[in-house]
This record gives sequence, structure tokens and C-alpha cells, in this order.
Amino acid sequence: MSVDAATVKRIGRLARIRIEEGEVAKYQDELNAILGFVEQLGEVDVTGVEPMTSVTPMKLRQREDKVTDGGYPDKIVANAPLTEDNFFMVPKVVE
Amino acid sequence: MTLIDTRTPNPKSFIKGATGDWEIVIGMEVHAQVLSESKLFSGSSTEFGSPPNANVSFVDAAMPGMLPVINAECVRQAVRTGLGLRAQINKRSIFDRKNYFYPDLPQGYQISQFKDPIVGEGSVFLDMGGAEHIEIGIERLHLEQDAGKSIHDQHPNMSFVDLNRSGVALMEIVSKPDLRSSDEAKAYLSKVRTILRYLGTCDGNMEEGSMRADINVSVRRPGGEFGTRCEIKNVNSIRFAGQAIEFEARRQIDILEDGGSIDQETRLYDPKTGETRSMRSKEEAHDYRYFPDPDLLPLEFDQAFIDDLAQHLPELPDDKQERFIKDYGVTPYDAMVLTLERESADYYEAAVKFGNGKRDGKAVANLVNGDIAAYANSQGLSVFETHIKPGQIAGIVDLVAAGTISSKGAKDLLQVIIAEEPEGEPAEIVERRGMKQVTDLGAIEKVIDEIIAANPGQVEAVKAKPTMLGWFVGQAMKASGGKANPQALNELLKKKLGIE
Repeated sequence: MSVDAATVKRIGRLARIRIEEGEVAKYQDELNAILGFVEQLGEVDVTGVEPMTSVTPMKLRQREDKVTDGGYPDKIVANAPLTEDNFFMVPKVVE
Repeated sequence: MTLIDTRTPNPKSFIKGATGDWEIVIGMEVHAQVLSESKLFSGSSTEFGSPPNANVSFVDAAMPGMLPVINAECVRQAVRTGLGLRAQINKRSIFDRKNYFYPDLPQGYQISQFKDPIVGEGSVFLDMGGAEHIEIGIERLHLEQDAGKSIHDQHPNMSFVDLNRSGVALMEIVSKPDLRSSDEAKAYLSKVRTILRYLGTCDGNMEEGSMRADINVSVRRPGGEFGTRCEIKNVNSIRFAGQAIEFEARRQIDILEDGGSIDQETRLYDPKTGETRSMRSKEEAHDYRYFPDPDLLPLEFDQAFIDDLAQHLPELPDDKQERFIKDYGVTPYDAMVLTLERESADYYEAAVKFGNGKRDGKAVANLVNGDIAAYANSQGLSVFETHIKPGQIAGIVDLVAAGTISSKGAKDLLQVIIAEEPEGEPAEIVERRGMKQVTDLGAIEKVIDEIIAANPGQVEAVKAKPTMLGWFVGQAMKASGGKANPQALNELLKKKLGIE
């Protein structure tokens, strides 16, 4: 599996990361190196092996339905560049 | 998902085009907010209408290092809903990340379920009036997080983001493309809402956004190949759903009949114009890059867990409807109306069973679905929300059954309870106000004799034309102040006038 230049640009756009035209070849090489590395796993025959979901034999932890958190809007927006009345403010996005 | 057509084309729901008939094909995704105190993966509150970002924890705001822990009640609610939809419950399901970029989604992904949802195939039955019952397939139900809310009208060039809804548990209920008209689509939404409310797993409040629908609409020649569909996003009322489908189907037919083709796209319905419009540009074609969420292990439970929930499930609308028909002899239509809301069904049943509990369920249904429903509608209420008590309904029905008042008298008595004596006891009102009907044959006979003597012309006429009897009934009723027993009156009149 490998990616072409168009795929690199598309991945960048989906992740909202600007990729300059001159950088595409570099990222394409890097991504393909990573994919090639991971591809080695294909050499192992895993027929009939259940996908492993945890290295320790544990179950999904669950909690009871109680309100135990929240109630600190000022802390939530503390790092936001712009706020008003504890709303986050972001450049206008209307679809 | 492979599309299988389970329906037989019904000409009644075809749409006429310039080049022949068309059939609409509809599939729905209903997003239902799970009734729970806290969110799906965090301990913050789900309360509606709190101040901005008050119901937000560091998990919901996606602060680095925060980990999701699943709410056990949300899991139970999803399983209950699955059982209510007569669906397959999957003892093992997986949470995936659905990646997309939007300011009200701080994680950059929504935790959802993709390949292995908690609930699989099921079905919903729709009563389309008369003998027409249809079965709509459920494809799946999965648990997922809601996003936050963006507000665009507070500032000229900024959007405001409130994350209170971020992380609230939603159930996405996906139907198969089995619906064939806007009426069926509306009936489906209404039935799903009824089921959710019976189960207590979602309040079904579409105005507050706790239930919304994405509607997939395509058109085709009757019984032909499925066409290309458009998805109408976020419809928040059953009425709008019907309007949006009608508009969208017509739009697609016009394009196809002009030789064009449909682009698969996401559209928005605007209730002000009654139109749908394109929402996302094509170059932004979505690629959610789903993958299993490494923060969450598979969700697993055993059959005993499911059985326990099944055992404590309330009676479902279809079962209740069937029982009302069987036990109380009401018509299928009355049973359907009575069971639309759980509280109304309970109200009806309380009236039937009040006191000794041996009264005609049909008579109670007629009163509840007739005059009481009319009054409730005029007040913008449901029948169970009116001041009329089940005991009062029972009292009125019993008085009619005993022959103390006529059915006309019952209407008058109900009006007294509605307008003048809200707390009144029916038998006592009838007694005090002298509303008893006259069943004393002697008294009725006297009235009839007087009318016959005073109207010889009419007496001749009725012998030639027996339908004229109504005139005599009316006169006698009037003379008795509306209190004569109509049946006794009729019989006696026929006898006296010599007609059969």
C-alpha cells in the first residue's frame, strides 16, 4: 500500500493541515515509509486469530449514571483565545 | 448494506410526473437523545437549557489526557430500545472514532459505533388506517456522542460555541429503505417516538432537539431500480419531515424528467420556504476514516443482562393495542388512538376499571376519543392532562348503561363537568339538576298523545312516508325537555302511529 501526491493533499485537507506544493513529495515519501514499515505485519499469518483489544485480560470499565463532573465553565474556556459569556468564539462557520 | 426491496408498489402513493408515475423510496436515521442523568462517557449533566459550557467536563472539552468511561445506564437504555424495536441485541459491540473537523467537536472525532453496533436488525409496525399494516425494517441502532452547538447570529463575523450537548448519549436508529410515501415516513417517526416514550429511553421532544431525523429520499419508476438518494439533515418535526419529503421528491422527479441526473448530496430543509437546498459542496466529500477507539475496550454483556432488561420492559404500544381490542372490544382505530401515549392509555384503562371495573370498554373509548378528546384538543392538551377524572368518565358511562341518562344526556353531563362543575360527581349532578331521562311510559305516552292530537296533517303524512317519524321524535323530545328515553319514545311513537 502506498499513497500518491493527490492522497497526501487530501489527507492534509481533511486534517486541516496546510501542505505547500513543495512539501508534498517529502510527506509522500515519509508516509510511504511508515506504510511500508507497518506492511511487514502482513507477513504474519493471522488466520483464525481474534483481534487483540487489550494486553491485559480486562473488561470495559463502566460507571453509574450520576452527575459527578462539570459546573466550571470558566475553567473550560480559560485557554480559549476569545470568549464571551463563557462561550468559545471562533471564526464564523456557517454551512 | 445491500438494499432489498420488501414492499409491493402501491399505486395509492405514486406521484404523477409528466412522463408517468414515480415512487418515493425513503430511509431514515433517527437520532434520539438517551434519557440519562449524565453523559455517555463523562460525569457531567445532560440537563437542557443550562448556561453556556456549564455542563462540560474536561473529558467533553477533549482536554489532553482525559479518558472516556462509559455510562452503564446508557448501555441499558440502548438495549431496552433494541428490545422495543424487536431487534437483535449484540452482546459484543465496538466503539469507533468517526473523524471530522468542526468547531463544536473538540475531540476532532465523534465516538460512535461503525461495524459492530450494540443493536442489529429489528422491525417497526405501522398502522396506515383501515386494514393496511406495514412492517418497516430496522437496520441497526448504535450509541454515539452528540456534538456541541454553534450559534451564528450573535456576532457579525464570529460563531459562538457551547459544548453543553457535547458528549450526551444519542441512539442512532437506522431504518431500511422501506418507506414509500411522506405519510408512511410521518407514521414511522410518530411510531418510533411512541415506542421510545413508552420505554422511557428518550423523551421524544423534537422541539428541544432530543429527537431529530436525517431522511434519505430517492425516486424511481414503481418497483424499478433504486435511484440516487439525497439526505435531508436534521429535520426536527414530523410535519416538516412530510413537507421536506414531498418537496425533495418533486425536485428529483423534475430533474429526471428533464433528462438530468441526481447528485448524491446532503441537503437542508428550510421550513420558511418549504424547500430543501444543498448543504455541502462536493469537493468536501466526507471521509470519516473510522477506526476502533483505542481508549475503549469492546462493550460486552451476557444473555442474563439482556433477559433482566427484557423482563422489566413495560408493555409496548403494539401489545397494548392488541390487548385493548381483545379485552375491551374497542375498534382497532380506537385502540391505536388510545395507545399513542402511554399516559392516555393508562387514563383510559383507569376509567374502564374504576370502582367495580365492569363497564363497557367500548362506551368508555367512545367518550374518551370523542367528546373528551375534542375538549382536550381545544385546550391543546392530551386527554389525560384534562381535569376530567377517570372516575367521572366511569360515572357517566355507568349512568348511560343503567338507562338513567341517554347518550345525549351523557354529552350534556360531560359539558357540565367541563364548564361548570369540574369536581362534580356525575350521579349527584344528574340527581340535583334533574337530568334523569324519563323512562316512565305513562309520562311519555301523554306527551305523544298531545302531539298526535295537535298535528293531524303530520299524522297522515307519516303513514305515507315513515321517515317522517323523525319529526315526531323531535317534537316529543322538545316537549319533554330532552329527557325522554329515545328508545322508549321511538317504540311508542311507532305503535301509536301504526308504522313498522
